[in-house]
Amino acid sequence: MTTFIIRRLLSSIPVGAAVVVICFALVRIAPGSPFSSERALDPATKHMLEAKYRLTGSIPTQLFCYLSQIAKGDLGESLKYRGRSVVEIIGQSLPRSILLGSISFLISLGLGIPLGAWSAARNQDRAGSILNGLAILSLSIPTFILAPTTVLLFSFYFHLFPPAGWGEPNQLVLPAFALALPFVGVCARLVRSGLLETLGSDFIRTGRSKGLSEPKLVLLHALRPAILPLVSYAGPLAAGILTGSLLIEETFAIPGVGQFFVSGVINRDVFLVSGVVLVYCAFLLFFNLVADWLTALLDPRIRLYS
Amino acid sequence: MKIRILLAIFFLIGGAAIVGPWISPYGVSEVSSARLLSPSFTHWLGTDLHGRDLLTRLLYGGRISMLVGLVGASVSLLVGVAYGLTAGYLGGRIDNAMMRWVDTLYALPRIILVIVLISLFDLKLKGFLDATPLAFLAPHARLLLLFVALGLVEWLTLARIVRTQVLSIKERPFVLSSRLIGQNTPTILIRQIFPQVLPIVLTYLTLALPAVILEESFLSFLGLGVQAPLASWGTLLADGASLLNPIHTPWWCIVFPSIALASSLLLLNFIGDQLRKPQK
Amino acid sequence: MNFCRGIPGLTGLFLFSLLLGGCANRPRADLIICNGAEPQTLDPALVSGQLEGRLCSALLEGLLRRDARGKAVLGTAEKWTASPDGKIYTFILRPNLRWSNGDPLTSSDYQWSWIRALHPGTASPYSEILYFIRGAEAYHLGKSPADSVGIETPDERTLEVHLDHPTPFFPALTAFTTYLPVHRATVEKFKDGWTRPENWVGNGPYRLLDWEINDRVSLKKNPLYHTPNRVQIERIDALAVNRASTAFNLYSSDQADVLLDKGMIPSLILPELRGRSDFHPGPLLATYFYRFNVTRPPFNDVRVRRAFALAIDKEVITDKITRGNEPVAQSLTPRGVPEYLPPEGLQPDPETARGLLKSAGFPDGHGFPRVSLLYNKSELNEQVAVEIQAQWKRVLGVEIELRNQEWATYLRSLDTLDFDIARSSWVGDYDDPNTFLDCFVTNRGNNRTGWSNPEYDSLLSKARSEPNPARRLQLLQKAETLLVTDALPIIPIYHFVGCLMFDPNKWGGLYPNLLDEHPFSEITKRTP
Repeated sequence: MTTFIIRRLLSSIPVGAAVVVICFALVRIAPGSPFSSERALDPATKHMLEAKYRLTGSIPTQLFCYLSQIAKGDLGESLKYRGRSVVEIIGQSLPRSILLGSISFLISLGLGIPLGAWSAARNQDRAGSILNGLAILSLSIPTFILAPTTVLLFSFYFHLFPPAGWGEPNQLVLPAFALALPFVGVCARLVRSGLLETLGSDFIRTGRSKGLSEPKLVLLHALRPAILPLVSYAGPLAAGILTGSLLIEETFAIPGVGQFFVSGVINRDVFLVSGVVLVYCAFLLFFNLVADWLTALLDPRIRLYS
Repeated sequence: MKIRILLAIFFLIGGAAIVGPWISPYGVSEVSSARLLSPSFTHWLGTDLHGRDLLTRLLYGGRISMLVGLVGASVSLLVGVAYGLTAGYLGGRIDNAMMRWVDTLYALPRIILVIVLISLFDLKLKGFLDATPLAFLAPHARLLLLFVALGLVEWLTLARIVRTQVLSIKERPFVLSSRLIGQNTPTILIRQIFPQVLPIVLTYLTLALPAVILEESFLSFLGLGVQAPLASWGTLLADGASLLNPIHTPWWCIVFPSIALASSLLLLNFIGDQLRKPQK
Repeated sequence: MNFCRGIPGLTGLFLFSLLLGGCANRPRADLIICNGAEPQTLDPALVSGQLEGRLCSALLEGLLRRDARGKAVLGTAEKWTASPDGKIYTFILRPNLRWSNGDPLTSSDYQWSWIRALHPGTASPYSEILYFIRGAEAYHLGKSPADSVGIETPDERTLEVHLDHPTPFFPALTAFTTYLPVHRATVEKFKDGWTRPENWVGNGPYRLLDWEINDRVSLKKNPLYHTPNRVQIERIDALAVNRASTAFNLYSSDQADVLLDKGMIPSLILPELRGRSDFHPGPLLATYFYRFNVTRPPFNDVRVRRAFALAIDKEVITDKITRGNEPVAQSLTPRGVPEYLPPEGLQPDPETARGLLKSAGFPDGHGFPRVSLLYNKSELNEQVAVEIQAQWKRVLGVEIELRNQEWATYLRSLDTLDFDIARSSWVGDYDDPNTFLDCFVTNRGNNRTGWSNPEYDSLLSKARSEPNPARRLQLLQKAETLLVTDALPIIPIYHFVGCLMFDPNKWGGLYPNLLDEHPFSEITKRTP
């Protein structure tokens, strides 16, 4: 087990490096400059700024400067938010995204798994189809429609929760739900599909003929192998949800880190984007590790490393 | 029986999307002064901010969205399944390296890929197509690039899921016996393992299609997706989203595109479910 | 499986601690304003946006300052005089001025701050606004040393500024963000980090209490301000909000008291808001226009440009699309600039438009080359473009393509003249037509059309050195007539309108004005 973890960690380092390098290069290749605005900037000032942030010369040169900076532990400064280091920005926004994301993740699983299990168990009758339909519905409406609609409904019509803002616990409810809702559907569908497969297999039939009750059958025996695809999916899901989403953050005025993935690219804020992507990469690697470990735990047939 | 009904509905909708804009009395981009009208006898689904008939645009948008979804999902299917099968079966170091590469690509923000792809290749593709017999496609160069970009995004998760399944399946007795009797690796992959993965692939496909269409709508929302005057359900939804407010929302601009998208995806999912059943 | 039982408990504890940390328990500020997006910087030398300017004007004060109606009034200066030739301005500072840390504020602070803004290493995006000062441009370009810049400090309370040309609006200009003073010791010690709340030192009506990125900037009344009695509100929070619908939602649910920007209000509902007592519209010194690339056919032909300009019905745009009752723009400079009457411009005339297009060789649009209209997809740019595209098709028979690019790519296309027609806007920096007209001088960075007209250039340079204000404005008017009626490298579409939203029964000291100045120090709370 420990060997597996160490090996995984070691092979993660080139991944992290590759991600940062590719991301940096792409943002620098993309047309446009981080310093341009509606008001034209005179070339001397532009050159001065590029020199200040070591963004002159060919892309490999700039990359080299950047990588040597990282090696010293300095992730650079934001090009748009002057004077703020990337570490500072991420340090302020990431905990908020993690808080919101954790709640959303629990909601996704907490609603998704029972929904999927129930719809699989009741596959033969109407209830199963309706539940299945609900699951699909939740993932077919885009977030930029769903989020404002939940605001209109629960904030302005029913006056239950504030429509936006950050600082009070009741401001977390709507964004957490809006963030989780599409993933409830995906989780439900994956669980349902896995369960439908498993429920038809031999060992379940044996259990049924032995007289085990249906709920016990589903929960204790069928769920374990059926949940494997969901576990694979849950790895990237956790990483994505915990780093937030631009739409949710803009709609609910949440000062999280998710918006930088998009706004950073649009602003060509290369150090901020690379830094934020590095964090996301670290999350991905960690949660994929956990997911793979859980998979091995749940299905002894799998050997993680030969 | 059930699947025939579902397929019939699907083809009906598809047919409406293909034929509809031709028989409609309104043009797709026909701007008029009949702005933001609620549904009526002249405009069955109402009009948008520019006075364009919503029903016509919805049918037209269906074409583009379905095309985007199909092509994107197909690309992701081909690449993802092949990749996952290979990685899972070969195992060990190769599997590790292949999955690490998936991790690398997964961590990159999609939007920068789309921006770079479009800005670098848009004009070049247009020029290239103009010179070939496919010149009629030239104005849609951006759309073609979008297909590629979207397809390249979705295959990652599918590869991961397939690979995990294969890791488990390859240890099963029937696979081991195939190896013993001397079947070579590609045959084992295609004949023995792939059918076992097919159910989960089909399920994921029915998740990938909506994901691609939704991704396209998100890109349209940001201004990177389908370009005006082409319409897709994504752009219609994005336009509708900009009209949401707590005082007076033209609900038809949001509800009808949402219903169109949701019901098509529901339909596709049910079809997918039915297709899975014979595998039992 | 015992380990698994511990997991829910641990997760709960973890979340609870995050919750406590994440939700800081602050009492609500006295006034909460939606200021716009997150400020890029609070260093006045580096600021180029209005929302940052508003914050800077609360935290720092210049020789003059703008009042609630946008008028330039005395700030840290208690009086100023001009020399007879209009080229030397002398400012006398109030006595006993202090920075927020107790240090005395003297004229050399202003001198140092202005030189710093001009210093090439500072890379200020707005250094040109200081070019009115003699020697400033040469210094910024690195051609001459700092002491050649025409700023003198005869004593601690006197600042003497030497200008290149008579500039009647110079005193008002010192209220502009780039002219604000900064505390030398703080800037030298902390360099880029001097704007952090823990390091910040200023001389304005407010101090910087806190600055959470993408959340809010918190301000607290500065007790060492020279006239603290003028400042009524003790604590202000300026929220960073990106989306109009979110800002409006915050306002509608009383989580924000004031909306300061039309961009914070969804345009669809503007007509519904018009009757409400909390809706306060007013004209702005800003114009939305389309640029032509005059270096490429077919728009190198002025007849084609004119045809396109005459074919647009701008009323429809402001009535049905932008919906803010914006005045249609027939000139580049909006009306309302004191003493200045912008030219009449062109009225829509479809018949003449068609005739012009025919004489240019494209009768009814036949044979017109493939051209595109460039815009970035934000605000209402696409909606306006779709409308105008339809109008050009209807009136001229020409079908243009729509070309939408994301922001940075769009700016690059503008800079490299990689477009046929492009959408643009311009906000005036000070209430004088020069801020608009100067853009289109030959080879100016903001020209971005490739247009060059020697007569236009000479009119503007004559105006620059004309001492008589009335004659100067006449020259400027002549130049603008050339721009928007004869040569037409641009088509003005509409002038922006600013909308404030606040309850007049609760708040006062906020007035819509041309320069969109809403100094926080002038806002008052009304007791019902």
